[in-house]
Amino acid sequence: MRTVLERDDRDPTQAAPPDNVEIRLHDVELRFGQKIVLSGCSLDCERGKVTCVIGMSGAGKSTILRVINGLRRPYRGLVYIDGKEISGLPERELIEVRKKMGFAFQYSALFDSMTIADNVAFPLHEHTSLTRTEIGKRVSEVLASLGLEDVGDRLPSELSGGMQKRVGFARAIVNDPKILLFDEPTSGLDPIIANVITDTIRDIHSNLGATCVVVSHDLNYVYSMADTIAMLFEGTIIESGPADKIRNSPNPLVQQFLQGSVLGPIPI
Amino acid sequence: MRTAGVRPSLFPDIGARFFGYAGGLMLLLWDALRLIVTLRVKPSEVLRQAYFLGVQSWPIITLTSAFTGMVISLEAAAQAVAYGLSQLIGGSVAFGTLRELGPMLTGIVFAGRAGAAITASLGSMVVTEQVEALSSMGVSPTKVLVVPRLLACIITVPMLTVFADIVGVYGGFIVAALHAHVSSYVYWQSVQSLAGMSDFIAGLIKAAVFGAVVALVGCYEGLRAKGGAEGVGSVTTQAVVTSIILIFALNFAMSLVLFK
Repeated sequence: MRTVLERDDRDPTQAAPPDNVEIRLHDVELRFGQKIVLSGCSLDCERGKVTCVIGMSGAGKSTILRVINGLRRPYRGLVYIDGKEISGLPERELIEVRKKMGFAFQYSALFDSMTIADNVAFPLHEHTSLTRTEIGKRVSEVLASLGLEDVGDRLPSELSGGMQKRVGFARAIVNDPKILLFDEPTSGLDPIIANVITDTIRDIHSNLGATCVVVSHDLNYVYSMADTIAMLFEGTIIESGPADKIRNSPNPLVQQFLQGSVLGPIPI
Repeated sequence: MRTAGVRPSLFPDIGARFFGYAGGLMLLLWDALRLIVTLRVKPSEVLRQAYFLGVQSWPIITLTSAFTGMVISLEAAAQAVAYGLSQLIGGSVAFGTLRELGPMLTGIVFAGRAGAAITASLGSMVVTEQVEALSSMGVSPTKVLVVPRLLACIITVPMLTVFADIVGVYGGFIVAALHAHVSSYVYWQSVQSLAGMSDFIAGLIKAAVFGAVVALVGCYEGLRAKGGAEGVGSVTTQAVVTSIILIFALNFAMSLVLFK
């Protein structure tokens, strides 16, 4: 068995992405113990565009976001963020990469001992030299932009699921990141709130111009916000492109997933 | 989900697990010390943790220490009076309390109350992705979660031990006076002649080490929680058990070194 120390040491410059690609995963393999989660996974996310990753539950979609953020190190392969290969970076240098990213978690991951305002202010306290007043002002602006004017003093447990998601978004965007990662933003929400969340992501994207990667299996919402859709199956991207290309894909795996059919090559 | 073609080991390597655990604890300690030395510490969070972990443990530690001092006095008094050695009761209670029982009982009760709270709190944060959220922002979980708790425990356990010492020795006095009719003068004279400041200081050094052990083990176990509520419960139990075993072992080792 190869160990992490025996990582692939191929020349990273050979797979370096062009300027218009902000995020590139090149032939990434990732394991949890003996489980292979990603295998030969390659994905390009264009600068300033919304890329949606779709796929079955357990296909490794959320893991892709964690690889992009540096929370998981690939066993093999290369990960480029803004032209820099990060898979071999020491933790200290990864921190600098992560500061440029916002991550909105599936279950919001709000700090339950802090108020909403403190949650949103947290990245600013940690990474900026802004005064308490300036931070308070920025937090109020961000919360207001997401329709959360009056919740600053409340605790996360006092908010609905949809509001918690939006607070998670507020925390992710508060320091104007260049890259935004959304993990299952509409899961577990009713259709109206899911629409609100989708509109919020679109607004955030148009206001910040950030590169967004959204992981989801809600196809209606994916079609409405994605510039590029990539389908993940058994740890590999099997199809990617604009929505029309995905809709008309001849790949039977893609077609079965889009149609939600029980019959087909995808093992149930 | 596919799996890599690796043959599973037939026998778990206990040695590797032991050294893996010890190594993990040492790495966490090193990471925390590095942050403390470079002054990346939030005093307000240390105080908040000291209040939550230390001050709120005070009543239970006071109670257990009082009853322990009283029971030592009860046992010692009956024997001492029978052999005409009542002038030794106070000294024996103080000697045992300051050197051994004060710090050790405080450490054990603290492990049960504060250690469990640390592990459960961090474990819940892990399984609800809050710790991952910290890392995703480029914030070290050691800095935000471990360092304040470690410092709070190192500061508060010796303070709690001072209370435990006072209450234990005074509890012993009450029983000696009421049960064996030992006079106040004889009791306190005995305390002064048999127990010294060096015993008290050595007990506080032990207490600080126990505080560090409870915090480190609690944080380490909490941060490696997996699954949901069951996983958090499992690491919480493990943290308390490991802390108590380490407290007993380290108490013996420190007694060897400090009271040579």
